[in-house]
Amino acid sequence: MAISKRIVLRFPRRLVERAIVSRLVKDYNLDFNILKASVTPDEEGLMVLELSGKQGDYDKGIRYLTKTGVRIQSLSQDVIRNEERCTHCGACVTICPTGAFELEPLTRRVNFYDEKCLACGLCIKACPPRAMELHF
Amino acid sequence: MVKTIGEINEKIKEGKAVVVTAEEIIGIVKQKGIKKAAQEVDVVTTGTFGPMCSSGAYFNIGHSKPRIKLGGGRTYLNDVPAYTGLAAVDIFIGSNALPDDDPRNRVHPGEFNYGGGHVIEELVAGRDVRLVATAYGTDCYPRRRLETWVNIEDLNQAVLFNIRNAYQNYDVAVNLSDRTIYTYMGILKPDLGNASFCSAGQLSPLLNDPYYKTIGIGTRIFLGGGTGFVTWQGTQHNPDVPRTEGGVPKSGAGALSVIGDLKQMSPKWLVGTSMLGYGCTITVGIGIPIPILSEEILKYTTVTDADIFTPVVDFSEAYPQMKSDILGEVSYAQLKSGKIIIQGKEVPTASLSSYLRAVEIATTLKEWILSGKFLLTESVASLPGVESAITFKSLKERPIEE
Repeated sequence: MAISKRIVLRFPRRLVERAIVSRLVKDYNLDFNILKASVTPDEEGLMVLELSGKQGDYDKGIRYLTKTGVRIQSLSQDVIRNEERCTHCGACVTICPTGAFELEPLTRRVNFYDEKCLACGLCIKACPPRAMELHF
Repeated sequence: MVKTIGEINEKIKEGKAVVVTAEEIIGIVKQKGIKKAAQEVDVVTTGTFGPMCSSGAYFNIGHSKPRIKLGGGRTYLNDVPAYTGLAAVDIFIGSNALPDDDPRNRVHPGEFNYGGGHVIEELVAGRDVRLVATAYGTDCYPRRRLETWVNIEDLNQAVLFNIRNAYQNYDVAVNLSDRTIYTYMGILKPDLGNASFCSAGQLSPLLNDPYYKTIGIGTRIFLGGGTGFVTWQGTQHNPDVPRTEGGVPKSGAGALSVIGDLKQMSPKWLVGTSMLGYGCTITVGIGIPIPILSEEILKYTTVTDADIFTPVVDFSEAYPQMKSDILGEVSYAQLKSGKIIIQGKEVPTASLSSYLRAVEIATTLKEWILSGKFLLTESVASLPGVESAITFKSLKERPIEE
């Protein structure tokens, strides 16, 4: 079965300079699309990938990544809004780096567009009523 | 045209009163003019829903058997300390109180996930709260320790008592420094990365009655989803600040102290709130009706976001160091456009006060009045006005020499 998943990879400093992602293609027949990357030598790296391929290959690829020491986090539906707790104050709007929160100009309702969300988690502690939740 | 509150209440009881929100009145007056609108409209409702730190609640928990004197001892509600400097079983909890073992800002910025505001929210939601108390024991109150669940239903009194709420206007916070700062106005990004404001603007109670002509001690209000009353001027009440021609203060000015029965309130309108790196507080919903007794009073309620100005203050230096420099003035219309210009730079804005919910409060209060279940009150005394010569003093320190 072919699947496609979005994941966040965090590379510890010692792994930043190793070719890891390319092996997913060579050894595990996976296709990848880089959605976001911030990898600087001698520092921790972060990469958001869309990985696609067969389920079996995907599982093996993830196992390989885990073994190398890369920390993996799933991105699908990662940050969700607890609608009951959200007061629509708008404190999140200028905190989100991808503009996933937008105010309706007239009503000033705060809309959360999770397709724009990269699950960086900055909004979670910035939200005064703590309405944003990280789900794995 | 002069109406009295008594006449308006008669119309409310007969179901004939005309009630509109402070947002709706703007369009009505544009269309009909002040004179006609003042004849037709009886009440304008206002609303605000934002973090209000000087809020708290007091309780009488009832006497245990054998008796315990909490006064002078220590009492905790869900690990959050309550004030016990009162009689045997009366306690007060403030919205900013934190558990003794909360790490606070030891690792900066602290998270402040649970404090007094959250305890109040949980009680209002009807959840059981853990009370743990230690006392010193007396002949008449021998017990020294008490551990029990309490529920708001079982408390003799549970009263929300906020000593400063509904601030009339509020500064806009920005950060001129080169690092992120964590303030009561939220997270402020370096180098003017964002601007944070906190007022319902044209819907805010005291901005619609800028000279406190109808809102006074004894005014019945929407408080936390129930009804409450204005009890006094809020702490830091400072009416004599620069104002626009229309009377709108150009910075923080008046404030209210309010009270109400917590048992009839709702967790939707009393929300435990966490400000990263700053502390805990509570977001409070307040709505105040303004009786349209004259054309002058009506005119004040037509204030729009474009008429209300507020100073922009640097929270990295000017605010903490008590310097009075401001970076300019902006209107709420500009703030609500999503960006303002400061020092030639376009700065994105965000609010801590929910306008959506403020509209809901004003609309709810309007419905209460229309249904006849909420009558207006005549204030028993006015709040100190511009002529009161109140000045807002800073602390003059007098070093204590041993």
